Amino acid sequence: MKAVLLGATKGMGRALARLMAERGDALFLLGRDPVDLAKSARDLEVRGARGAIGVAACDLERADSFAPALDAADKTLGGFDTVIVTAGLFGTQDRLEEDPTLLARLLDANFRGTILFCEAARKRLLLRRGGTLCVFSSVAGDRGRKPVALYGATKAGLSHYLESLDHRFRGAGLRTLCVKPGFVKTSMTAGLPAPPFAGEPEAVARVVLRALDRGATVVYAPPIWAVLMLVIRNLPRFVMRRVGF
Amino acid sequence: MAARLESWGRRIASGAEILSEDLERITRGRALSRGLGRSYGDASLPAPGTSEVVGTVLADRVLSFDADTGLLCAEAGLSLREIVRVFLPRGFFVPVTPGTMFVTLGGMVASDVHGKNHHRDGCFGAHVTRLRLRTADDRVLSCSRQEHPELFRATLGGMGLTGHVLEVEFRMVRVPSAWIVCDSERIDDIEAFIAGLKDAGRTWPMTMGWIDCLAGGAHMGRGILLRGRWAERDEAPGYAPRPIPRLTVPFLFPEWVLNRFSIRIFNEVYYRAHLWRHRRRIMHPEPFFYPLDMILRWNRIYGRRGFTQYQCVLPEQGGSARRFLERLTALGGASFLCVIKDCGAEGEGLLSFPKPGISIALDMAVRDDTQRIVDALNDEVISLGGRIYLTKDSFTRPEHFRAMEPRLPEFQRVRRIWDPEGRLKSALAVRVLGDRP
Repeated sequence: MKAVLLGATKGMGRALARLMAERGDALFLLGRDPVDLAKSARDLEVRGARGAIGVAACDLERADSFAPALDAADKTLGGFDTVIVTAGLFGTQDRLEEDPTLLARLLDANFRGTILFCEAARKRLLLRRGGTLCVFSSVAGDRGRKPVALYGATKAGLSHYLESLDHRFRGAGLRTLCVKPGFVKTSMTAGLPAPPFAGEPEAVARVVLRALDRGATVVYAPPIWAVLMLVIRNLPRFVMRRVGF
Repeated sequence: MAARLESWGRRIASGAEILSEDLERITRGRALSRGLGRSYGDASLPAPGTSEVVGTVLADRVLSFDADTGLLCAEAGLSLREIVRVFLPRGFFVPVTPGTMFVTLGGMVASDVHGKNHHRDGCFGAHVTRLRLRTADDRVLSCSRQEHPELFRATLGGMGLTGHVLEVEFRMVRVPSAWIVCDSERIDDIEAFIAGLKDAGRTWPMTMGWIDCLAGGAHMGRGILLRGRWAERDEAPGYAPRPIPRLTVPFLFPEWVLNRFSIRIFNEVYYRAHLWRHRRRIMHPEPFFYPLDMILRWNRIYGRRGFTQYQCVLPEQGGSARRFLERLTALGGASFLCVIKDCGAEGEGLLSFPKPGISIALDMAVRDDTQRIVDALNDEVISLGGRIYLTKDSFTRPEHFRAMEPRLPEFQRVRRIWDPEGRLKSALAVRVLGDRP
């Protein structure tokens, strides 16, 4: 694989990049902080990635950073075949309700920014007759729920977009993988009380890599969340109004 | 729900870990860092009145590795388990390893860990070439034997009290294969054991033993002596050691499970199970270095009140180990994991535990009389000229520690230079070193 990763310096992205490095994939890292990107690049090189790892600055809140970053990746990798997006912002419902500035940034990065980035990426993939676009959405986008009303809305929109991409461009060679992590113990969720079935980033990364390899379109990780969300999606509204999750 | 932190011996403090990949950011203005929380006592717990500690485990990147020199630089939260997983298949191993892989590099520096090869290779700190620290005044600086040498020495074994360790650079060693040649022998008593350790240490890079501390009289200190070395390529199996499935202790055992009787049976079986007097085999490195890691969360067998490990090093002067064991037996302290090892020269670390002599480590469930037993053992250790290992300790009193640690004033002097306002502290520092909470 020749993969471009946006958001691989942290959390699930870091774990996934390490698995890919260890099996010898060629990687290119995009992210906000060049110093941090360089450190992650060295880590992945030592762990076995194919060749030196290039990096470029790219910020979901700055759409003008997308094209130069993807061009740089394309040049270094000699044409990438996979784009993986794990970046995104998070805030608890309470925090987002209190802080309109953070809310605006989150809506901008997770929905507008991510979709614009995906559009730029999928156009490049389609130009060379396809490839894989793997984007981390969330179980929070599966059902309107009290604790993730705002964050979940961005992820619902993103999941919707990714499904449509699959319908529209699969024939042209674009494979789309929408990853829906449940609660995963990362710095993003640090400080929140972990529910039952909370996952580790390394386990999520293994599930995602398997799904990437077999060409899945949607994957829940840890897998138990597929069952939990099936139940939650089918609960009637009067129940959802009463429960806290 | 009040957040709480727990150490391996189930010492508990209220407080929470602040976690981030960006260690430089989260250590700013904070009093203590904590890795995987494997120290047994209160070394990784916040001082009373402090509610937050930095959790380092997400800062786990390898920053550079040079296969020619073995020099590895990594962030402080990188675990030993990950280092072994990534580097052993390439023919590299850490120069010194403690008895568990569930520790971080930062923790290995803060405890200046020692291993089965201490008599030959010293502590982990001896192989550290450079540290990146956040000091109490919120500066980030590099220290080594050339830059800020005093701070460097105080940080090796300094229990995290001289600064937050951000990065560690040290030298890995090349190993001929990923397998161990382990030679084990049943030994009849403590004198033979100590002689055996000495003798083995002359030719074997790794030595240690398990003794039955409940056997009295002529059999006192009987046990199994282990000698080990890395297998040469022609001795090793032609395949890599496979990952070993691990068991997990699913819940806290009730306290009656471990008692003098069950411990006696365990010790007897362990001793008798070594059917041959002498045995040599090729071993997977994990059960050799980390036998207890085969069972996850084994600390739960000690029940709700947890346990403490009493580890001391005694200078070898006629029969000090026997005197210590006799005292232990008289006190009624029972341990089913009594580990014995000979230590080499004292290292550079201002508070590093090992010094020439015999190290004895015993795990004891915490009971009503644990404080009394530890006090009495400390009296004995002081009179024998020994000292205890802070990383394992939960019960030592400040006056006892002062009496066994002549280097303490020097350590405290360096600490005051770098942290005049006493910003860096832990529960252990308050309990043993007299820090203000």
